Amino acid sequence: MTDTASPLPTGEEASGLPTKPASNKERMAIDRVAMPEQPGDERAHNFGEVNQGLTYQLAMLEAERCIQCPKPFCVDGCPVRVDIPRFIRLLRDGEIAQAAESLLSDNALPCVTGRVCPQETQCEQVCIRVKKGNSVAIGYLERYVADWAQKHIDELPKANPAPTGKKVGIVGSGPAGLTAAGELARLGHDVTVFEAFHAPGGVLIYGIPEFRLPKDIVQAEVDRLISEGVKVELDSIIGRTYTIPELREEFDALFLAVGAGLPVFMNVPGENFKGVYSANEYLTRVNLMGAWSPDSQTPILHGKRVAVVGGGNVAMDSVRTARRLGADEATIVYRRSANELPARAEEVHHAKDEGVKFEFLVAPVEVLADENRWVTGLKCIRMELGEPDASGRRRPVKIPGSEFVIDCDLVVVAIGTKANPLLTGSAPELKVNEYGYLVADEYGMTSMPGVFAGGDIVRGAATVILAMGDGKRSAAAIDSWLNGVWPPPAEAKAKKPERETAVAAG
Amino acid sequence: MHPVIEREQLSPNVVRLVIEAPRIAKVRRPGQFVIVRKGPGAERIPLTIADNDAEAGTITLMIQAIGRSTTELTNLQVGEAIQDVAGPLGSETHLLASGHAVCVGGGVGTAVLLPIVRALSEAGVHVTSVIGGRSKEWVILEKELTELGDVVTCTDDGSYGRHGFVTEALKDLLDAGGVDAVYAIGPVPMMKAVSNLTLPYAVPTTVSLNAIMVDGTGMCGGCRVTIDGETKYACVDGPEFDAHKVNFGELADRLTTYRPFEQQALDKLGACATTEVKS
Repeated sequence: MTDTASPLPTGEEASGLPTKPASNKERMAIDRVAMPEQPGDERAHNFGEVNQGLTYQLAMLEAERCIQCPKPFCVDGCPVRVDIPRFIRLLRDGEIAQAAESLLSDNALPCVTGRVCPQETQCEQVCIRVKKGNSVAIGYLERYVADWAQKHIDELPKANPAPTGKKVGIVGSGPAGLTAAGELARLGHDVTVFEAFHAPGGVLIYGIPEFRLPKDIVQAEVDRLISEGVKVELDSIIGRTYTIPELREEFDALFLAVGAGLPVFMNVPGENFKGVYSANEYLTRVNLMGAWSPDSQTPILHGKRVAVVGGGNVAMDSVRTARRLGADEATIVYRRSANELPARAEEVHHAKDEGVKFEFLVAPVEVLADENRWVTGLKCIRMELGEPDASGRRRPVKIPGSEFVIDCDLVVVAIGTKANPLLTGSAPELKVNEYGYLVADEYGMTSMPGVFAGGDIVRGAATVILAMGDGKRSAAAIDSWLNGVWPPPAEAKAKKPERETAVAAG
Repeated sequence: MHPVIEREQLSPNVVRLVIEAPRIAKVRRPGQFVIVRKGPGAERIPLTIADNDAEAGTITLMIQAIGRSTTELTNLQVGEAIQDVAGPLGSETHLLASGHAVCVGGGVGTAVLLPIVRALSEAGVHVTSVIGGRSKEWVILEKELTELGDVVTCTDDGSYGRHGFVTEALKDLLDAGGVDAVYAIGPVPMMKAVSNLTLPYAVPTTVSLNAIMVDGTGMCGGCRVTIDGETKYACVDGPEFDAHKVNFGELADRLTTYRPFEQQALDKLGACATTEVKS
């Protein structure tokens, strides 16, 4: 992999730099850069990162495209409200360390969001330049600056807040939990994060594959938070190892961010045959347990023909993983049409480049197996789009008599997750809604005073960045609560609750 | 890290380890298990907590060497340590409140049975343990169980105790009457046979299902079992279930999922050991 974040231009690099544009007109004339990526046919057989990151020249060129709007819409489009024009300006001015400092002060996990955020529906969608072509590649620039920061962390000033003496317990070390931990530690609170698995990161570690988000990057982000004073307790399952009432006694405030961990199955005959995985299990084996490597002690079934049911980012992650594990044929089976795919456009595009097939308007009705109960196929029925349903999308309706079989030896079910009752079961006073998700007010506080919650356990399956937004907002509210200022000032208040349809780790 | 405090070889392939795990030692209930991971790169393995000492901060694990990961765990010596121990997981055993319970253990299942026998005995329930093995050297924990109630020991080859399967001894006890509950833990065919046997006697029967799991918290769904036609997760809904409702055929089949892989891994471990000896 190339060193994508080298800060200073030398020799040839420097001479390749564009002349500085003098006016916005000149800036507007620059085309959006393309992300260097591993070729599709190559990367379909390895777990190396697909997007290689911008080179110095590309980053500087792209930074020039930002016209520095006085009222930047992009900031409003960002769930964690990164001051986007500021870090881009600092980068453009050659002040990359300051750019990094600025970015890190707004976003606890920029290496992560620079890779997995759906910028095209957030900051970039509202970029003023969209009106006349393409938005500034904010995500690419964020990744460039964040990767630089990760490699040069010692050159950045360290926050050294005065300890407040207040203790905050955070349950779950995924994007919401880590973000809240970073924010609260910087305010001087004593923060402990509890993680059920043997490694921190939550969905960033077990869910999102190496080729989209390298695990070393996640670990380095966590290490940075630890260096800022955050403590992480692994192998701690809240609801089993400790209960919520116990934690409530030990900590001045709690933030619950355990995600939506329970896999949903299709509820069709044959689902328990050998060769049917939930996406959670498939991805956890491959990502957290490292089963993608032949040296791993954790086994994984290597399908030759793999059918992945679902159309979200998790489905894309699964199907692309299947290709890398040697599947000659890897197919997405989705009950709606291409237009309704909830996955990020980039993931769908990457999947297609890697030879993934798509079966649209198709729903599984039965898993077929041989006499030894090994999967041999997925019997499906074709669908057509009817009237719009509650989600506003046209409801798929079965076409009678259209059943057919997709031959396959592995089926991965990626149709969503639901709330895990382990945690909520240990504290009956925590109010949950009809789906088992925690009920939280506009500040993220649950029905237990001083106990806050955010991320998928409140929203239902959503995205990394929305969870991080919750973490950041709740951290501000928790700080207020700890300081005896309640209700907190307006900025801690949730905007209109956003909920994405994506079945998403991204 | 969780240092090994004590190690004892119980049978040719079963080892008893006492390890440090203070928090789990304090809160664990009978029937619960832990997930252990020996170190970097190792598998996550579910193991029933056989005993605890809250004061000493230790728990006891009984490990049967089957694949590479379990073999590596049984090879651990006093002073060495397990990196990760997560738990306690699973629901606790529904214990009979009074009367007569028959606890049937096969192979390493006897180790899983021990905490249940202890809890029943402490609650004042009369316990008869029926334990078995291929031959004498495979019988484990007879002494410990004898301290907690009656014990009938069976061996397949008649080399020790009663000649024959545990189910035959169980049948005699059922015929004699007065059995209020049966707890059976062992290989799937044994649990299935016990379940079939107790059904006509209408004796409530509990089994502990050793399904394949990764996280142990309900997240992966790998441990799904069919109970009364409904999918349940052994890790959170179990591991103990009403035997008469369990689809044993499906469980037995799902347990074979990684058999080729297990053999390969074991061969690899053997090859590694040979290399070490040579160097």
